[in-house]
Amino acid sequence: MHTQLWRYIGKRLLLMIPVLFGLSIIVFLIMALIPGDPAQAILGAYATPDNVARINTQLGLDQPLPMQYITWLTNILQGDFGRSYAQNRAVLDIITERFGATLILAGTALVLCSIFGLLAGIISASRQYGLADKMITFIVLIGISMPAFWLGLLLIMFFAVDLRWLPASGMYSMWGGGGLLDLLRHLILPASTLAFIATGVIARLTRASMLEVLRQDYIRTARAKGLHERRVIYRHAFKAAMVSVVPVIGIQAGFVLGGAVYVETVFQWPGIGSMLVNAISQRDLLLVQGGVLIVAAAYVVFNLLADVVQFILDPRVTA
Amino acid sequence: MSAKLQRTALAALALASSLAWAQTPPNVLVVGQIAEPQSLDPHAVTAVNDFRILVNIYDGLVRYADGTLEVEPALAESWDVSDDGITYTFQLREGVEFHDGTPFNAEAVVFNFERMLDENHPYHDTGPFPLAFYFGEVDTVEATGDHEVTFNLSEPFAPFLSNLAYPTGLIISPEAVREHGEDVGRSPAGTGPFQFEEWVSNSRVTVSRNDNYWEGAPDLEAVIFRPITDANTRVAEMMAGGIDMMVEVPPDNVATFANDASFTVYEEAGPHLWFLILNMKEGPMQSREVRQAINYAIDKEALVNDVLQGTATVAAGPTPPAFNWAYNEDLDPYPHDPERARELLAEAGYEGADLTFYVTEGGSGMLDPLSMGAAIQADLDDIGLNVSIETYEWNTFLGLVNPGLEGKADMAQMAWMTNDPDTLPFLALRTEAWPEEGGFNSGYYSNPEVDELLTRARQSTDLEERAELYKAMQEIVYEDAPWAFIANWQQNAVATDQVQNFRLQPSFLLELRDVSKP
Repeated sequence: MHTQLWRYIGKRLLLMIPVLFGLSIIVFLIMALIPGDPAQAILGAYATPDNVARINTQLGLDQPLPMQYITWLTNILQGDFGRSYAQNRAVLDIITERFGATLILAGTALVLCSIFGLLAGIISASRQYGLADKMITFIVLIGISMPAFWLGLLLIMFFAVDLRWLPASGMYSMWGGGGLLDLLRHLILPASTLAFIATGVIARLTRASMLEVLRQDYIRTARAKGLHERRVIYRHAFKAAMVSVVPVIGIQAGFVLGGAVYVETVFQWPGIGSMLVNAISQRDLLLVQGGVLIVAAAYVVFNLLADVVQFILDPRVTA
Repeated sequence: MSAKLQRTALAALALASSLAWAQTPPNVLVVGQIAEPQSLDPHAVTAVNDFRILVNIYDGLVRYADGTLEVEPALAESWDVSDDGITYTFQLREGVEFHDGTPFNAEAVVFNFERMLDENHPYHDTGPFPLAFYFGEVDTVEATGDHEVTFNLSEPFAPFLSNLAYPTGLIISPEAVREHGEDVGRSPAGTGPFQFEEWVSNSRVTVSRNDNYWEGAPDLEAVIFRPITDANTRVAEMMAGGIDMMVEVPPDNVATFANDASFTVYEEAGPHLWFLILNMKEGPMQSREVRQAINYAIDKEALVNDVLQGTATVAAGPTPPAFNWAYNEDLDPYPHDPERARELLAEAGYEGADLTFYVTEGGSGMLDPLSMGAAIQADLDDIGLNVSIETYEWNTFLGLVNPGLEGKADMAQMAWMTNDPDTLPFLALRTEAWPEEGGFNSGYYSNPEVDELLTRARQSTDLEERAELYKAMQEIVYEDAPWAFIANWQQNAVATDQVQNFRLQPSFLLELRDVSKP
């Protein structure tokens, strides 16, 4: 079992290399090919052809694309992500500074949506078409269809402006804050916003896969043996249903990372998502390329983790 | 469900401590900014958002006098201009120190301008300096005394003083540049009323009172600039008491604040013009009747009152009224007169013409371009013109419009905010400013009379003579109608009623040295 697991992990890690390589090409090309160049964004209304050409030379953007890509990739392999044009700082410094904040937000949201999603799915499935199922389905549908930025603003209006219970934005107070409690207080609204939407998807899937498992013969056998219904659901059905739910949680990790872009912008959370939004509108090429590459790599790692958990849960998954 | 209980408990806990943080402390002003600054190096940045912080950390040789766009002494106490308009000699204030303790003197001024302008300067590589061309006419800058600086220009350039008052002319400590190199934008030192304390990325920039300020220390102990990119969040944060002041209030929210006694709304007309560039190289816009018809057809009152909800005024010509000394009071905006517009179209023989209209999703100074574009389309439809809109993201839009509209579109939205009445017409209306010459005349307007007036205005050092030349230029451009003149933006800000002695400046800069908040 152990050697098998390690071989599986090793194989998956090796597979990451071509995936990340392909990603680097896509990320580079998207930013290089969208219209509007960085010199234009830096100069704004004053972008005369002369000024643009001067800045392009300074930034090395007068080189042919393949050359630019090779330079970029070679530097990254040596750990140098370059300097952000807009902020005039090392890209890696900016990304490491921001990535922690995103991990805190997305991680909390992922834990919240997994707990609530699984619970809601199980309750729904075990009381199919009952009142609880209908209510949960209703709430979950709202969650799936509500835009994150809108929900976020509603929560701010209610909890920060009207009740004044929680801060409207930011990660720490401007003064007197800084501790864990301060962080948690700032975390509640954005994490709930982000989690609410992902919860819906996990709840729907858990419900479906639980219902399928509950129709299996061995569940009927368990019930026939006279086992308590709670034991049937949590010990027998839930474990089997998890096999198909875990990879979805892995995918939700990607969704939560992506959703963080909106939520961070609304809540002014100093994470990588809000940074990318600004960087794209400023055509800050190296910052966008480095940032997207890191987020994509994190997504690949999350998926790997989910697959490993699935591998452990269900030995039928082959390496 | 225990997790939910926990969250309730946490919320209750927050409630218990909420009174402590709902208000900002006395003598500390928290300003809600629209974005994180790019850098605090005054020569490296271009955005008003950054300038709003910079003018509180740095001084220039000269500055805009309170409430005007006229120039008054700052770090220079006086100056002389030679009769030919080529040589400017400044007498500098003595006894001023940068925040890092080094002295401000003529050498420091020379260092600042040579770093920006001289490619061989040892610290030129701490750039790029995108607005260095503001001083492109500077030939040499010399320390002609310990506290005397002499600029020699390559040709007479009337906007020079006004450009020195612009944030690109702010003076940074040479020692800070030597010490921090290209990272000086994160560790700035100037001579201004506030000195830099810290910059926490995407959270805040804090500056504190400069007790040795040459004009007397400010009242405020500190100012915190918070970037809050989302306008709705900025409004919510203002209402929740997390900030004392916010700039660029969305039109939808101005009334809410105005009706609430605990807030004060500030408004000030700025040197801003929102207009449509008309493509005079080909198609219907070659005809002056059609261009005038466009100006008559657009209901500008409805645009500023309904779409922009009173956050702008109707523009009468190419020069914003904020340049009061150069503004031609005799020009009235083209009235909304669809009947006259239809007549002009019929005269020109372009009834029912098809037009392509470039619209942007949003950009610097562009106000509410999508709604404005749609309203203009409807107005032109009313006089029988068939307008199809093409919408582009801002940088893409600039990439299409700046190289010229030929072969692409008949009209395009545009907005400019400048510090001198020279800048916009000089860069966007002269024949020599056609895109292929490196200018912004994307609609290919050409009138030798206008060219002549603008050239003479730039060379004159007499303010009254310049004013006459600009007024004559406005009259011709009004008649020729190379643009549709739409709106002049009124910038706004909201502050709590605790904030005193604050006013917005026509320059769009945020001067906080006299503000207090007990």
